[in-house]
Amino acid sequence: MKPRGYIPVAVLAAVLAAFQLLVSFTGQEFFLTQLTMSAYYVLAVMGLCLLMGYAGQISLGHAAFFAIGGYTAAVLGTFNAAPYQDGAVVRLLLKTGLASASDAATVHVSPWAALGLAVLLALAVSVVIGVPILRLRGHYLAMATLGFGLIVHRIVLGTHIFGEADGISDLPAFPLFAGLSVSGRPELRVSNYYIAWTIVVLGMALLLNLVNSRPGRALRAIHDNEEAARAMGVDTARYKLNVFVLSAVFTAVAGVFLTHFNAGIGPAEADVMKSVRYVAIVAVGGMANLWGALAMGLSLNYISLRGYLGSYDDAFFGAVLILIMIFAPEGLLNAERPRAILGQVKALAARMRKKGGEGGAP
Amino acid sequence: MNPEQILQYILSGVTMGSVYAVTAIGFNIVYNTTGIINFAQGEFLMLGGMTAVTLAAFLPLPLAIACAVALTAGIGGLIDLVIIRRLKNPSVLMMIIVTIGLSILIRETALHVWDAKVRSLPFFTGSEVSSINILGAYISPQVLWVLGACAVIVTGLTVFFRSTTTGRSMRACSSDRMAASLCGIDVKSMVTLSFILSAAIGALAGCVISPITQTQYDSGTSLAIKGFTVAILGGLGNSMGAVAGGIIIGLLEAFSISILPLAYMDAMAIGIMILILFFRPSGLFARKGEAALKEH
Repeated sequence: MKPRGYIPVAVLAAVLAAFQLLVSFTGQEFFLTQLTMSAYYVLAVMGLCLLMGYAGQISLGHAAFFAIGGYTAAVLGTFNAAPYQDGAVVRLLLKTGLASASDAATVHVSPWAALGLAVLLALAVSVVIGVPILRLRGHYLAMATLGFGLIVHRIVLGTHIFGEADGISDLPAFPLFAGLSVSGRPELRVSNYYIAWTIVVLGMALLLNLVNSRPGRALRAIHDNEEAARAMGVDTARYKLNVFVLSAVFTAVAGVFLTHFNAGIGPAEADVMKSVRYVAIVAVGGMANLWGALAMGLSLNYISLRGYLGSYDDAFFGAVLILIMIFAPEGLLNAERPRAILGQVKALAARMRKKGGEGGAP
Repeated sequence: MNPEQILQYILSGVTMGSVYAVTAIGFNIVYNTTGIINFAQGEFLMLGGMTAVTLAAFLPLPLAIACAVALTAGIGGLIDLVIIRRLKNPSVLMMIIVTIGLSILIRETALHVWDAKVRSLPFFTGSEVSSINILGAYISPQVLWVLGACAVIVTGLTVFFRSTTTGRSMRACSSDRMAASLCGIDVKSMVTLSFILSAAIGALAGCVISPITQTQYDSGTSLAIKGFTVAILGGLGNSMGAVAGGIIIGLLEAFSISILPLAYMDAMAIGIMILILFFRPSGLFARKGEAALKEH
């Protein structure tokens, strides 16, 4: 991508920093908690935006990948490996520093190791189900991904190590580097706001780079017409799988960090309603519009997390889906929309001028 | 497992299977005239059951059910008139998003109109404890109502689609919309009619199964998933296939209880659906060419 393409990313970073200063200056720092959580949901939504908007493949099961990330972090983070200290795996982890023993009775696996495993798991699962699932189209693809999401939700609900309906709590913080750690403690609000949004900004730069490159053009070709793309020599099956895996990994990483921020995870994160919510946000943001996904992900999640919608939370997202499809199927924040309106205004103005000129000499 | 136990499992499997079959037929009616999978189909069952329970408080049971069916049918028609018709050049993705939005909206409205409590209609004949002995296995008389309703719906629909002008017009819309409208068939009305019909059938099914399965604001979703599994298994749009598929899934579920934990039962049906989608998306009973035409 040309250096010019990074200007919006830099502007985004500046706006986010200014926002934090504004919020802190007015003494309303508690708003940062929801803004931080929104950031992680935005990360998940951006992955789905790539899949739905750019590759044209729907997934109604992305909450499952979020759960895979979150639950991997939660299970490993709360797991005491002391009884297995003599096992080869734990010994290796201890030697490489990926596990640490605070005393003889408690050995904890490092969150970095959990993050790595979560990414690997999301990768493996998305490849295994992606290969057959992505051969399907339309309703069949929607139903298969929905089914996958439901199965993961059922497994989470019915399995003892995932805490069943209670989920997992008391997860320790994730120390990233010296002095920085992902945790929901009130005194770490500001640093966590920056950690979360830095991850989002990096992800954004990565995805923008991807969609503006050769693979990005191939993806758009698949979206517009899969047969034509294949005829042009695009390996459609490989591209679709790669994007699916990439979006699954984005979502799983979001799951890992949000779980550490919340110090736990519950089965609600794997619920199909969450997947539907991600789809709704991508649709409102204008499908193939990463900026739209970011803006809508931030605002809608923030509204929902602050509890402004009360018990109408789910109903709100259902209504949003219907209204957007009826009145603005291209999304609210479609780049073409203002441009098209501007064009119409210009054309109208030109016609008026012309008419005015003719009016002088009938 | 002794023979009585096996018979008991078979009977309960066939009962649930016929419930799934009726749900699947609701999917098929809309799919056949529009090419849409209506993700809100399960909500029609829930609406039918809930409305009937409320009306049964002050109306005799048959009248309450009739009113519930009529009301749900009206809602089905309204959904088409107010929402589906307004979509401009809808793509499959748009239709999926809209019908999912609808199902959420109906479910959440039901939560606010009623509440999260579990409700059920009284048994049509007999009571919870009355049972009929069939070769050593015991079944509730309500099961016979379910089986009977399923048989009536399937036969009625077959006759309707084969022998009436309206039914034939609807089938014409399914095979070629353009040609149908050139022949003077009002395609838009046929689509509305298919929504009314599928909502009515869903509501009726919801009433008949309510005494056995009970009704809750969110009970539509899992029924819809099972219904869709069955519709896929039998081949989308194929009513007889739906009945066969329903019975297969019902039996598998009934027998799986004896080996799998209850929490995983739903996951098994969904797993079957995914396998079918992978290996034979046209369904077990569909002819290959027919399925290829329909797959968009």
